[in-house]
Amino acid sequence: MAINKNALYTILLIVIAAAPFVFPNYGVQLATLWLFIIVAMTWDMTGGQMGYNSLGNIFFYGTGMYVAAVIAIGLVYDVGEYTSAFGGGRYDFTDAQYFTGFVLGVIGAGIFCAISAFIIGYVTFGLRGPYFAIGTLGVAIAAGELVSNWDWVGGGQGITLPVYPGNLDDGKVFIYFAFAITGVVLFIFLNYLYKTRFGAAMNAIRDDEEKAEAMGIHTMRYKLISWALSAFFIGVAGGISAFQIISFEPLESAYQTINLGIFMVVCVLLGGKGTLWGPIIGAILFQLFKEVTWNYFLGWQWVALGALIIVTVVYFQDGLMGYLRTVRPEWFGQTVEEKSDDAAGEAAR
Amino acid sequence: MSIIDVSNVSKSFGGVKANTNVSITVEKGGITGLIGPNGSGKTTLFNSIVGYHPIDSGSIKYEGQEISKMLVPEIARLGLLRTFQQTRIYGEMDCVENMLISLPHRKMSIWDTFQKNTAEDREKAENLLDFVGLYEKRFLRSGSLSFGQQKLLEFAMALMNEPTVLLLDEPTAGINPTLINGLIDRLKRANSEFGITLFIIEHNMRVIMNMADTIYCLAHGELLASGTSEEIQNDQRVIDAYLGAH
Amino acid sequence: MDQIASNIGLLLQFPVVNLKILIDGMMIGALFALAAYGLALVWGVMNVKNLAQGDFVIGGGYVSWWLVKNVGLHPLLGVPAAFVVMALLGGALHGTPIHNWARSQKTAMIWVSALTFLVFIVATYLGDAAGSVAGYAGLILTILLVINGGIYNLVISRVIERDLFTSLLATFGLAIMGAQIMNLLFGSDTQSLDLGYDTLYFADGLIDVPIAKLIGVLMAAALAAGVVIFMKSSRMGQAIRATAQDARAARVLGIDTEKVYAFTFSLNAAICGAAGAIIVMVWVIQPFYGITYSVRAFVVVTAAGLGNLPGVIAAGLGIGALEQYGSHIFGIGYQQAIAVLLLLAVLVYRLMQQKRNRQVLQ
Repeated sequence: MAINKNALYTILLIVIAAAPFVFPNYGVQLATLWLFIIVAMTWDMTGGQMGYNSLGNIFFYGTGMYVAAVIAIGLVYDVGEYTSAFGGGRYDFTDAQYFTGFVLGVIGAGIFCAISAFIIGYVTFGLRGPYFAIGTLGVAIAAGELVSNWDWVGGGQGITLPVYPGNLDDGKVFIYFAFAITGVVLFIFLNYLYKTRFGAAMNAIRDDEEKAEAMGIHTMRYKLISWALSAFFIGVAGGISAFQIISFEPLESAYQTINLGIFMVVCVLLGGKGTLWGPIIGAILFQLFKEVTWNYFLGWQWVALGALIIVTVVYFQDGLMGYLRTVRPEWFGQTVEEKSDDAAGEAAR
Repeated sequence: MSIIDVSNVSKSFGGVKANTNVSITVEKGGITGLIGPNGSGKTTLFNSIVGYHPIDSGSIKYEGQEISKMLVPEIARLGLLRTFQQTRIYGEMDCVENMLISLPHRKMSIWDTFQKNTAEDREKAENLLDFVGLYEKRFLRSGSLSFGQQKLLEFAMALMNEPTVLLLDEPTAGINPTLINGLIDRLKRANSEFGITLFIIEHNMRVIMNMADTIYCLAHGELLASGTSEEIQNDQRVIDAYLGAH
Repeated sequence: MDQIASNIGLLLQFPVVNLKILIDGMMIGALFALAAYGLALVWGVMNVKNLAQGDFVIGGGYVSWWLVKNVGLHPLLGVPAAFVVMALLGGALHGTPIHNWARSQKTAMIWVSALTFLVFIVATYLGDAAGSVAGYAGLILTILLVINGGIYNLVISRVIERDLFTSLLATFGLAIMGAQIMNLLFGSDTQSLDLGYDTLYFADGLIDVPIAKLIGVLMAAALAAGVVIFMKSSRMGQAIRATAQDARAARVLGIDTEKVYAFTFSLNAAICGAAGAIIVMVWVIQPFYGITYSVRAFVVVTAAGLGNLPGVIAAGLGIGALEQYGSHIFGIGYQQAIAVLLLLAVLVYRLMQQKRNRQVLQ
């Protein structure tokens, strides 16, 4: 294709930077779109590129939310007292306290999630196929249930964070850019990672893990590192979400196993797993579908969503990028030659 | 000097005794052959060595280190590599990508793995593809290659990995007979030029007699005979086992 | 901590409380075992990991509840009724002449189902007065699905030969849809049926066993026994077991595996449905309770393995009892967490076991 890549990326960056000012009424939706793009890309790291289909990545999202909130509050007040007041009382945050809490909380969330991915992954990556999916789903459900019984972080009532100091519209733009910068950084990072030996090893694990092991590839190490990296970014996204949602509770908004936890998988499948752009395109398509059904089919939106999952998974699993790859393989730089001049070898098979 | 020491290994699956008290030594830098009729327990022994299943008794040592309880990737990282009877390659990738994945990860630091492949890596990959005669096909999707070519590719991938010992499970099965002489030549060169110790399961008598310094013959899971190719060729028990007079 | 210690103290002080917890746990455990046996069946035979298992259970409960409330069926007859309806929904008619006829009338079928669907939506929008209309329209829709070969034909038959994650996700979509449709049809309140039977008391009233519960457990046992006898002695049972071992060989030998799959899946749906009908007599159901039964079924099957019926029963009863103990000691809020943590513990145990064999769990 003769499109100048740099020009394309520049245009994209301008669109990203201008979007919240051009569509000021859709600030929340645009920020949510970025959230979807981030979680879809991170899910694809293990699910699409490495073949480890996790249903529990939402664990890092919820944990990220809680860690960010605890850090932001804990820097100023005693967390236990704060949560037992349920957002009431005289707990004020200065501007400086808010922003330090935001930055440290979000980064701390990422680091905490990366470390917990190492620990959980050490156990769960021994599992393969469906057991891995069920095991990670179990971790996410268990975490949600345990947190909702943990009074120090507010139990089932959840936590309320301070609101953005100043104009609320500015707050929306602030959150938007926090998400957007995370997303762009993630994209640049993945764009590099998938071209390295590390990326090749991830693909090798997906295509034939037994062969990869027999070749002496450190499969466990690669699995752990890539899950930790993806957990870092989900944790960061979760941390930002905490400041966006402000008031959240464990089961429905933090460890939302059947909402975002499944949405991210559907996004990736819609766009095409194992590709760089697939998750992004899928997230956009999914967000459009979700907005339309939530607005026009209220009450039936979940039925429509279930149907979308089934149709995507059963009939259209390779997604948009996968479809394009079969129709236009030359766009993906593949050479295909069907003829084989070793016919005798073929026959001896 | 021996590099693999298998002593008194027994392995049974349920009631079937696949290996009984098998003892084998593989000499460093040489070519060792393992022959035997179908079902004599050759592949079982291979799998025991590279760690696909636990053994019932006995010991397997690699460079003096006990490996019979280690896992497949740990053993592979010692430099003990195997190819599969049914080839295993990455069918969705092209040949060069297959080769690049086979770079010896055990010799890399984490930092190295976060680098892109260098020009030298590609050159090495292409040289090795040339060595096995797949240079012309290097940018083809490897899944579209014929079975014989895939076997050659798997062999090249194994060489790319710079193993100390290479265990080959029937390298000539399914390969066009006209290519077999070339393959024998390449295996010998891999041994002499790259200094890789070879341990080969082979059905084709002509092939193994041509190559191996030492040959072991299994029958019914037990070691029947061992020696140079001359000795094996003239051993009445081996002839009986192959002709079915038991 | 003090709370936990005093709860444990209570158990030691009054041993008869242990017995009560054990009995309660094993009664609900019997129903977990039933759902788990169905899961083991579809998992083992078709390699489908059905995450909608619990929603079939709840669906069966609603079938029985609806028939009792609207048609006046006796609650005990609700169990066979749920069995039959869920079997039809699952795909029992697949491959029969009526299904083949419907297949030949594809366009007509699509139009009819679209039309009823429209009627159904309109009815829902008209509110309470049209509630029954909506119910009947839903029923018509169901029958249409049945003629089309049920859930089996629409979803399951297309995921059998695919990779494992596909079936997990597809049935997850099914679970979301099922729970939501039940929510729209029956509302989000918890429902139950009262049989009006007495309660038996033992040990000075410390142990109470409602007769309804006893009947429920006995029915579950009878159902399990019936299925086992069927699998052992009937031709279809034999075909199912053959297909589970090697589908290709079964096909070569002339077994219509497609038919076997459809039958297995509808049998599973039927078992779940009956379990749900028992649950609604003794405990309560709610549209979103499905996931809890799915999780339990997965715990049981993971612990017991496939094709191991005594193991499934033991694990089912054990899980029920452990959960009751857990919620007694730690508090009711931890019940779900305990079930899930048990699943993780089982997985870790099996992992260590496999590692000794130089294998991985897959």
